[in-house]
Amino acid sequence: MLSFVIRRLGTMALTMLCLTMVVFFLINLEPNLKKLAISQTEMHTSAEQLESWLVNHGYRQNFFVRYGQWLGVVPKQPVTDPATGKPAQRFSFCNDPVVPTFAGVFEGDFGCSTKFKASVASKLFPALGATGILMFWVLAVMVPISLLIGILAGMREGSRTDRVLSVASIASTATPEYVSGVIFTVIFASWLGWLNGSAASASQGITFYNFTLPVMTLAIYGIGYIARMTRASMVEVMTQQYIRTARLKGLSFGSVVVKHALRNALIAPFTVIMLQFPWLLTGVVIVEVMFRYQGFGYTLVEAAGNNDIDLLLGCSLVSVFIVLITQLISDVGYAFLNPRIRVQ
Amino acid sequence: MPIQYISTFTVVLEVLSRFWPVWIALLIVMGASFAYKKKLALYGQLFDSGVGIVGVGICLFWLFTAIFAATISPFDPLAQVPIMKDVLPGAIEPQSGLTYLFGGDKLARDVFSRMVYGSQIVLIIAPAATGFALMVGITLGLPAGYYGGKIDTVLSFLANLVLAFPVILLFYLLVTPGIMDTPIPYAMAGVFFLFPIIFFSVLFWTRYKNRPDRLYILLGITLIVGGWIYAGLVFDADPLKIVHIDPNQLNIFVAVVFASSPGVFRIVRGLVMDIKTRDYVAAAQTRGESPWYIMLWEILPNARGPLIVDACLRIGYTTILLGTLGYFGLGLAPESPDWGTAIKDASRLLRSFIHPALPPTIALMSFVLGLNLLADSLREQSMKD
Repeated sequence: MLSFVIRRLGTMALTMLCLTMVVFFLINLEPNLKKLAISQTEMHTSAEQLESWLVNHGYRQNFFVRYGQWLGVVPKQPVTDPATGKPAQRFSFCNDPVVPTFAGVFEGDFGCSTKFKASVASKLFPALGATGILMFWVLAVMVPISLLIGILAGMREGSRTDRVLSVASIASTATPEYVSGVIFTVIFASWLGWLNGSAASASQGITFYNFTLPVMTLAIYGIGYIARMTRASMVEVMTQQYIRTARLKGLSFGSVVVKHALRNALIAPFTVIMLQFPWLLTGVVIVEVMFRYQGFGYTLVEAAGNNDIDLLLGCSLVSVFIVLITQLISDVGYAFLNPRIRVQ
Repeated sequence: MPIQYISTFTVVLEVLSRFWPVWIALLIVMGASFAYKKKLALYGQLFDSGVGIVGVGICLFWLFTAIFAATISPFDPLAQVPIMKDVLPGAIEPQSGLTYLFGGDKLARDVFSRMVYGSQIVLIIAPAATGFALMVGITLGLPAGYYGGKIDTVLSFLANLVLAFPVILLFYLLVTPGIMDTPIPYAMAGVFFLFPIIFFSVLFWTRYKNRPDRLYILLGITLIVGGWIYAGLVFDADPLKIVHIDPNQLNIFVAVVFASSPGVFRIVRGLVMDIKTRDYVAAAQTRGESPWYIMLWEILPNARGPLIVDACLRIGYTTILLGTLGYFGLGLAPESPDWGTAIKDASRLLRSFIHPALPPTIALMSFVLGLNLLADSLREQSMKD
């Protein structure tokens, strides 16, 4: 078990290394650097000035040197101030070093956000916290509802309840966030006026009024999928021998479902719920942009839209980490929950 | 002059009558399928359940809408009639006397016509991209599952690499105006579009290598048609100017294929690993068939059930992805009538006008729902066998 986890962690590190390098390469394509230089200098700068800005800020160093600097295995060089000729900070707004130092991800320095004019850490972690709150409420709504729907539908396969709930869950998987978000806003904010169509004020304080719509929108897309998986698992469990034995023993249907079937039927949905996180990530971006909630997704879109290299790298590192760690947890957790499965 | 409106009831009637070519086509196709369902194998069995009929009906509805878009829509999807800005549903355009059935958007375009034309974009890109993703996934998944070992390790690692990318980040990196200046999208297109040609060449080669008369004809057709489409799509050098794709559409296409082929790869790999332990595969091995013959002619036909179901779901998922791209304004032109872009434009103005938002959302939802229902009933039917 331990060696399995260690091997998986090794693969994970390799994957993250490869992925960040790909992201690094794609962000540093020539058109993207041009765009960054244009946005960072004043209007109507000539091509030479743009080029000199890029050289001055160290964007023209060798690709691998720069990637190494970001990682923290190559020392970051200070830039030379063109006016004085002395070493100067690369970006004055986030305490870049004046002497060559190792300051990369390995040292806990995520770099400097050119869009927000602050260090990446000071933007990224509060945003992650905000998204964490959103995620918590989404899971708190999504998991119980979807499990309940799945169990009720799978309890008696082919019954009318099953048909209705199955079609409802198919409908919910066919409703992406940007569709359900618009429909919910139209119904609850525009027509009924019960809820706020924007969650911008949720950064100051979360209320039922401003937070229900984003949570509902995010939850609805996942509910259908988890419910269908739970239903399939429940249907399978209900055909097992021990369920029939329990029924023939004279136990009531309710007690068979709760005491015998439920525990075994909930193993499969656990994996599905864990693997739902990467999907939620895309949903989070859509919902945060749609409802103007300043979280991780909002930061990612801002970083990508403004070609903010370090911030986007930080965002990709975090999201890739979340995807990989949830995969690991789901594998290990599955082995724990299901004694018949042994990881090699 | 104030704008004249028609009543809600008339709007409904007019919308229904606008779709007349679709109703006729639906009636013919559904009627024929229903009459001959005994002879239509899996497709015919779909008509045994209500869910299947609804699924097929919705998918066909949007298919015919895309085909007859020019007849159905009363206006040009890009035409702007200034006085019709933000008009409510049912407003009559004074010049032509035609109605803005679902109202006008903020740029005074007809919402109904845009929704109808939007179906064309979705119904061309989503199935085509899914088709290419299937080709890539099958061509790589077969050897990975069949041989195992090093090939499997390398290919699975690459697939997991792509799958670990959050889709939205992938699109923000791959679908940008800047990336069209670099050779990356064309290189990716060059690689991806090669797979169907390889697939069909190997398919015919393994089967007919001892029958040159058949082999040369089939290989010739594959190479000529494949090469023609390849030249048109990748180099935009189709000598007849029929196959053509805009650079930004190529970019979207490539990104979507890239994002969804690892999923197909994983499914194919799993299916192959399961099927290769069967007796008929062992029999073929004993006969001395070549590995690729076994993969393509013994294993693949037996994996078709789950693959068809997955393809249906995947077209729906690709539709959702296209909508996401449109919603974030990535790749597609800002005035493009596709549903995602329309939802983006309308959702910014929900506080003042809601009518431009509803048609594209309901269109997208119903199409994906139709595909999911279809997939669900296909799965149920194939499980019965």
